[in-house]
Amino acid sequence: MLLLVILVIFIAAAGCIIRAILGPTSSDRVVAVDSLSSLMIAALVILGVHYEAVIFLDVALIYALLAFIGTLAISKYLEGKDVGM
Amino acid sequence: MINIISYLLLIIGSFCALTGSLGLLRLPDVYNRLHASTVIVVGGTVSLILGAGLLNGADSYLVKSLIIVFFIFITVPAASHAISRAAHLRGVKLSNESVVDKLEERERTLSEL
Repeated sequence: MLLLVILVIFIAAAGCIIRAILGPTSSDRVVAVDSLSSLMIAALVILGVHYEAVIFLDVALIYALLAFIGTLAISKYLEGKDVGM
Repeated sequence: MINIISYLLLIIGSFCALTGSLGLLRLPDVYNRLHASTVIVVGGTVSLILGAGLLNGADSYLVKSLIIVFFIFITVPAASHAISRAAHLRGVKLSNESVVDKLEERERTLSEL
């Protein structure tokens, strides 16, 4: 069951990767990569439950934080202003 | 009982992830694709994380899943707002079927004053 869910998540991630490659503007690519990273967070949590390793959930938490900071930095950069870091 | 709820959450999450991915491919516009991205995050990722956290009996999985879900609920609206604002300031056009653009109207009104 859990590996089937992982397979479905990877199919959805393939759609995000296709949009990230095709996307006409760079904002499309940012949206696609943002949703791709959230799908990978879900995949990490499900893999952690499947392998019974709690450390996967810590990795998922840190990855969520880093993806949020990356998305904010890229969108401030696309606005054309100073990133402020 | 808890197993049934967690399997139901996993099925709902998989369905929402597939639907959001399809919307990300099919919708015509950055602003419409943000809607599909929100479907992926709130419908897909949150349901999948809660379902996976409920499936295992141990407490540490559930607590850490709840922490991740809380963090996602805080950060994702801010990130979507930043992306759409950046796209609008950068001059990304709306699709032809879109009928209203409140931010552009407001900027035009402010520039006329």
